[in-house]
Amino acid sequence: MRISRIIKTIFMADFVSALLLAIKKMFQSKKTINYPFEKGKISPRFRGEHALRRYPNGEERCIACKLCEAVCPAQAITIESEIRNDGSRKTKRYDIDMLKCIYCGLCEESCPVDAIVQGPNFEFSTETREELYYDKEKLLNNGDRWETVLAENIKADSSFR
Amino acid sequence: MIYINIFLNEIYKILFLLIPVLVSVALVVWLDRRVWAFVQKRKGPNVVGPFGILQSLADALKYIFKEIVIPASADKIIFILAPITTMTLALIAWAVIPFNEEMVLADINVGILYLFAVSSLGVYGIIMGGWASNSKYPFLGAIRSAAQMISYEVSIGIIIINVLLCVGSLNLNDIVSAQKNVWFIFPLFPMFVIFFISALAETNRPPFDLPEAESELVAGYQTEYSGMMYAMFWLGEYANILLLCALASILFLGGWLSPIDIYPFSLLPGVFWMIFKIIGLFILVSLVKAIVPRYRFDQLMKLGWKIFLPISLVWVVITASFLFYFEMLPK
Repeated sequence: MRISRIIKTIFMADFVSALLLAIKKMFQSKKTINYPFEKGKISPRFRGEHALRRYPNGEERCIACKLCEAVCPAQAITIESEIRNDGSRKTKRYDIDMLKCIYCGLCEESCPVDAIVQGPNFEFSTETREELYYDKEKLLNNGDRWETVLAENIKADSSFR
Repeated sequence: MIYINIFLNEIYKILFLLIPVLVSVALVVWLDRRVWAFVQKRKGPNVVGPFGILQSLADALKYIFKEIVIPASADKIIFILAPITTMTLALIAWAVIPFNEEMVLADINVGILYLFAVSSLGVYGIIMGGWASNSKYPFLGAIRSAAQMISYEVSIGIIIINVLLCVGSLNLNDIVSAQKNVWFIFPLFPMFVIFFISALAETNRPPFDLPEAESELVAGYQTEYSGMMYAMFWLGEYANILLLCALASILFLGGWLSPIDIYPFSLLPGVFWMIFKIIGLFILVSLVKAIVPRYRFDQLMKLGWKIFLPISLVWVVITASFLFYFEMLPK
């Protein structure tokens, strides 16, 4: 035992085997992702930028129940509601302060009609603070832009709800 | 007039050596990072220029435009002098390195002694930097570095004696020519291994990077340096690593000699083989950086004084007796 250890030390067996391993690893495929050109896969549950969705006929889903406003731990959501001429209750104002938001996903979870969702987009940095105070128009725009992906994600995750 | 001509001629020769050395230092930094990344299955710097080869140039540009901060309590003159010393000493040593039979700036007959003296002086730059910073971490780093470099210089010196016994000359060209039949790495293989490890310690490379151990000493003697002064330490360090790779290839790997003196190999010029050997050794140095953990300081001292020094001393005796007994001593 001791003698074999000494022989190993003299011939630097551990060092040589490590060197061979390092050389072997050098020629294997790289794990790095070339970020702006390649992106990693993200889960359908990914909690990124918020979006307000619409029904296929163009009507907005949100019914102004204010559950998301109530559940939001960072108090980032502000909602004002009104009764529209056709008698349905809709939001007049729907603001999310993206600087306060902690991306916990509770708003998405509390929503009874899948109106407010967090999409897969995480690249929405801006140069000023003001651009990150999202209003209803911006959120609905997001919803229109990402609808295909959002619907797919909700469908993929529906069996776990 | 004739003096001016000689002067300009000398300057031309010096520039012809220094510019390639500095460029290769920049390339070698890139190579080092790249090899290190490849071992860890990363890609390393690959954006600036083809394969990221201009990364060092971009870094150097960045350093030039950065502010140089001199701490209020620092000894200003010595603080500024330290990186200059390190870089100058790393560069002047290249004067005696032969890249070919004729391609050597100063073909002096005590070349190896000169190299040894200059590399011993290298520790001054680090001590000056650490002391003049007037701060804890640089000071500790400089003390460690001084102890380490002095310890390992002893064994390097004795290993060089081994080679000199076989050659009988201090001229680096003679040392290379003496390896025409057999490279010294074959008869003196253990000495080559010890020389390589001592060279790592001498240039503060992992696993002997205690003077700049980032987990203990922030950045060692470089902590207070910024901008171009930091870059000069950095250039000097890599120039030193390349220098010791060059020295190892001259002492043990036959310098500019081709491995086998037959038709396709002997066609290539000696410069090619010299550069090829230096790069090969440098890749080995970067691989070592990727695979070994850092030594503890007492282990470092033990390795230097209790293992390397006795082994190399005994090997001197063995070499000398062998050469004497078989009457192979050089004239």
